[in-house]
Amino acid sequence: MSNPVLRVENLQTWFHGKKGISKAVDGVSFEVGRGEILGLVGESGSGKSITGFSILRLLDAPGRVEGGRILFQGQDLLALKEEEMRAIRGRRIAMIFQDPMMTLNPVLRIETQMVETILVHEKVSRQVAWERCRDALGMVGIPSPEERLKAYPHQFSGGMRQRVAIAMALLHRPELIIADEPTTALDVTIQSQILARVQGLAREFGMSLVWITHDLGVVAGLANRVAVMYSGRIVESGPVDALLDNPAHPYTQGLLGSIPANIPRGEPLRPIRGMTPPPLLRPSGCAFRTRCDFATDACLAEPEPTARALAGGLARDWRCFHPRHDRSAA
Amino acid sequence: MNSPANSAAPLVSAEGVSLRFTRPLDLAEKLARRIGVKVDNPVVHAVDGVDLEIRPGEVVGLVGESGCGKSTIGRVLAGILPASDGVVSWKGKALADLAPAEARAARLAAQMIFQDPMSSLNPRKRVIDIIGEAPVYHGIIQRREKEAYVSALMERVGLDPSFLQRYPHQFSGGQRQRIGIARALAVKPRFLVCDESVAALDVSIQAQILNLFMELRRELDLTYLFISHDLGVVRHISDRVVIMYLGRVVESAPAADLFDRPNHPYTAALLREVPRLDARHRNFTPIEGEIPSPINPPSGCHFHPRCPHAFARCSAERPALREIAPNHLSACHLNDRGQPLPAGLHAG
Repeated sequence: MSNPVLRVENLQTWFHGKKGISKAVDGVSFEVGRGEILGLVGESGSGKSITGFSILRLLDAPGRVEGGRILFQGQDLLALKEEEMRAIRGRRIAMIFQDPMMTLNPVLRIETQMVETILVHEKVSRQVAWERCRDALGMVGIPSPEERLKAYPHQFSGGMRQRVAIAMALLHRPELIIADEPTTALDVTIQSQILARVQGLAREFGMSLVWITHDLGVVAGLANRVAVMYSGRIVESGPVDALLDNPAHPYTQGLLGSIPANIPRGEPLRPIRGMTPPPLLRPSGCAFRTRCDFATDACLAEPEPTARALAGGLARDWRCFHPRHDRSAA
Repeated sequence: MNSPANSAAPLVSAEGVSLRFTRPLDLAEKLARRIGVKVDNPVVHAVDGVDLEIRPGEVVGLVGESGCGKSTIGRVLAGILPASDGVVSWKGKALADLAPAEARAARLAAQMIFQDPMSSLNPRKRVIDIIGEAPVYHGIIQRREKEAYVSALMERVGLDPSFLQRYPHQFSGGQRQRIGIARALAVKPRFLVCDESVAALDVSIQAQILNLFMELRRELDLTYLFISHDLGVVRHISDRVVIMYLGRVVESAPAADLFDRPNHPYTAALLREVPRLDARHRNFTPIEGEIPSPINPPSGCHFHPRCPHAFARCSAERPALREIAPNHLSACHLNDRGQPLPAGLHAG
């Protein structure tokens, strides 16, 4: 990618606990181009959310970014002063959380918090700010936005609250949005409404999106590219079609084999055996080797080899000693 | 999958079952009533006239979004909640008419597996007691047999029997769900109500548990009511699927039929909007509107305010659930218009 909006290089985020250091994110690299939607997929404990928090420098102790670079429009976010970071956070990079109540203050009217969000970053009159808030609510599909601005967060349903959170994230037309499982808690029909809005807005304004989720179905419908995380590392990434149709890493294959829709009705699913190891007990070498059917002694080596192939002119990468995909199709 | 004969008598059935929850008035409302203002107790119609039959050996998937009453009807069928109206029957006899011993046997034969194993397992009890207490109490085994019995059950559900003396917090989410399953199996049930039993699990663990459910069904000849919001999961394991919306059943059909030929506009919308691996780079085209509150549901067909095909009758009259094809029931007025569903309604 010539000029990525976001480029994460070898990010390492560790948590310093009493029992040792948990390497929640352990050498993650990826890029997001302008107007691109990247699906960052993984199960609980894979480090996908911590990656998102690290980019916005929202980590609290004992978590700390220990290494790597986070280049946003060419500028290393990790080198910025907190003050400079604050000018970017919320304005040029916004975040949407799984629980909208992490964004919304329960004791303030929507109006108050939204207008404040604008005034923090821009010198405009209160009236202008209010009008922009009203328009933003309308844009995410909230009926009668003027009245709803006066409401408190608890007066909205879960889906509507998430829309308010999205409207707030969009107020400054950020260049990049990091969305951490924003539709996971929502019903299917409501999820579909939110996805439709986000997709439309991203297209309209050329925003880039990092969509963090455990749901490969959502990624298939929404994203251009996917990165699959396992135990603190990206094990495979590539264009949606190439990766889902022809996964290279045994973990990606295992994930796809666990999804009921991929297996004929009534046949047993093909789950991955065992469970994700906690970061403190992560196996040396390839973290997946203890659950992998293809593991050999070679997998003990650190780090795993990275390989790259081109699929329709786009790069796809994986870290594995014995990738499973059919090379001729790659 | 071989579907049990339709002629078989149902194991469990609900006829016209309703369940209403009433909220007591708060102070202001009581005062208002005192001074002569007419104030009604708010009533939540959680389940509103549901008919449902589950035949022996069948896996029935019950699908719906938040507030549709799927968990409530599950609890009614498992005998945990009493119905406000209607009749729940076990092997053809109304539960209310059973003799005490029969009623106890029926209650034991229907067990429930919950979504969150952490809040449904007593955190201060050891696994051996969580699983072994009920069968000892009900005289299924002797106290001295408990350890061997629980060990065998743990092995059956894929847990290491050396963990007998551990507490629930020492297990992972998937293992806790296995404890919940072993506890339900301990009293030798015939019928299991699984209420979002795999919803909280990661997809690789979810697949392990789903496989376990299917093995147990074959080995122990179990009947399931599998409640879930996840159509992919339901499609995979169910023989028959029932779709609920706001307290009512809107459609019920053999699984293959329902997914290939959905009849009700709500079912069609659900199927269309479920994220699927083979639906890439989609343009999401959602049905608009929110799920209405069950305190004040819309008149007529509950779905009419969101339905793209609604006409005058839909807001006036409740559509009956009736057979539109063999074993395929649907509650939609469009079927009376004698014309096929509008083009583009079908999923796919």
